[in-house]
Amino acid sequence: MRKKPRVGEKVVVGIIWTAAVLVLAVLAAIIVYILVKGLPQLSWEFLTQIPRNMGRAGGISSTIVGTLLVTAVAIVIAVPFGVGTAFYLAEYTKEGIITRIIRFSAESLAGIPSIVYGLFGFIFFVITLKMGYSVLSGGLTLAIMILPTIIRTAEEAIRTVPNSYRETSYSLGATKWQTIIKTVFPSSLPGIVNGIILSVGRCVAETAAVMLTAGSILRMPKSLGDSSRTMAVHFFILASEDISMEKAYGTAALLILLIFLINVVANILVNRFAAKRR
Amino acid sequence: MKKFKEKLSGLAFLVLALSSISVLLLITVFIVVQGASSIGREGLLNFVFGMKWAPSQDIYGIFPMIVGTLSVTLGAAIVGVPIGLCTSIFLAEFAPPFLRNIFRPAIQLLAAIPSVVYGFVGILFVVPFIRNFLGGPGLSILAASIVLGVMILPTVISICEVSLLSLPRQYKEGALALGLTRWQSILHVQLPAAKSGIVAAIILGIGRAVGETMAVIMVVGNATAMPESILDSVRTLTTNIGIEMGYAFGEHQEALFATGIILFVMIMIINGLAQSVVRRKSK
Repeated sequence: MRKKPRVGEKVVVGIIWTAAVLVLAVLAAIIVYILVKGLPQLSWEFLTQIPRNMGRAGGISSTIVGTLLVTAVAIVIAVPFGVGTAFYLAEYTKEGIITRIIRFSAESLAGIPSIVYGLFGFIFFVITLKMGYSVLSGGLTLAIMILPTIIRTAEEAIRTVPNSYRETSYSLGATKWQTIIKTVFPSSLPGIVNGIILSVGRCVAETAAVMLTAGSILRMPKSLGDSSRTMAVHFFILASEDISMEKAYGTAALLILLIFLINVVANILVNRFAAKRR
Repeated sequence: MKKFKEKLSGLAFLVLALSSISVLLLITVFIVVQGASSIGREGLLNFVFGMKWAPSQDIYGIFPMIVGTLSVTLGAAIVGVPIGLCTSIFLAEFAPPFLRNIFRPAIQLLAAIPSVVYGFVGILFVVPFIRNFLGGPGLSILAASIVLGVMILPTVISICEVSLLSLPRQYKEGALALGLTRWQSILHVQLPAAKSGIVAAIILGIGRAVGETMAVIMVVGNATAMPESILDSVRTLTTNIGIEMGYAFGEHQEALFATGIILFVMIMIINGLAQSVVRRKSK
């Protein structure tokens, strides 16, 4: 009934190709531009010196340390809770009211904007628990933010472990706990680690939530109780207050390199994991 | 002893799971408690529909910001959804394998780039372009829509692609066997069949646009007045919090938490919609 679709078909396919090429071009343009402008800024001094004069001079060493510390706190706290929750969902319970509540909460948490996490972290960790603007407050806030990602990726990884593994383990007389620790956990480890690596990426990239909880002091943090500025926050302040474009480009380039590296590692892991399954 | 250990491990996992999800409750309670007094003082209607935000005079009305959030989000959807949907169709149906292998990690990377970098690129290119060619301050609803439109692409593309790829092969094969062209099969068979996944993708993309803060702060201008055109500067709910939280205290700070409550409610509605769409699909 529809008449000759030939010309129209070609046009539509042309539009689809154009859209896809556009997406790739925008991404490439962003990355190439930032790297071209920013890579020349990267030097040993830039990486190892403390920012001076609000960031106009010197390097960004304290913000690199701040980023690493905040991320480390977030991962150390979130991983046990996230992976534990995933094991509970995948191994210990049948689908029912409890799993539905847990899933609903995890999905809701995943959708909450980072600024709301920031508000919560501020009022709960900074004010109520009297941690002040600190690496600890920032890390704990990020831990809550990445929890849904860790739960979801870990649960998927656990569910892809073939049932025959579990059955073999049980048939050898192992208990549930032994089966989980000795069989299911090692086989799902690459998937779990992949989720953790992606979460590291989110922590490094996050700005709003850390700014409200870790503060924006430029000094080198000496303990987890010190306020610290992360690279992303530093970049935001440099760029939006027009403090130093050169340093902003340099910081952005380093951020993008870091994120790129994190993604590459995660991908390698996933491919290895998939190859082993086959 | 063995049995005890078994019981203990199950219990430990349950405790971890329950404490993980109890943070949702904690977040809700703390934000509501902190913001409720402000809403109580102003009255919910005055707060939500108030036209003026003037912390120095203790006047807190966020209606222009709600309009700002809605317009920026709608703009982002208009920019991002068609391009994202087309790209997902491309990846699911047209892309040669080598291109697909380039696209997948590229889109992952697009999702992982810090939002501040998007905002920065917006300041460098989008804002001057609008100022020079379309007029106005450049920092505008349009600028934020374009930046957010790009930022929601990964969400839209990946979820649409998955829902297209998860269709049974017979749908497409049947359509082609009946003499439909590839595009007719996509338009009349595959897209309708994947509808709920696509709708979920759009809703989740919208959720991301509503919640984004830093990139929007950098390109939207943050004026508190009611916008009259898409070239006007506005403030969104998220940017209101992001800008003023650093120095606010007392009633002002509570009003920002109240802004957070409204934002929270909006996001919960959006998430609820997305979850119910997905659930209907799986039935």
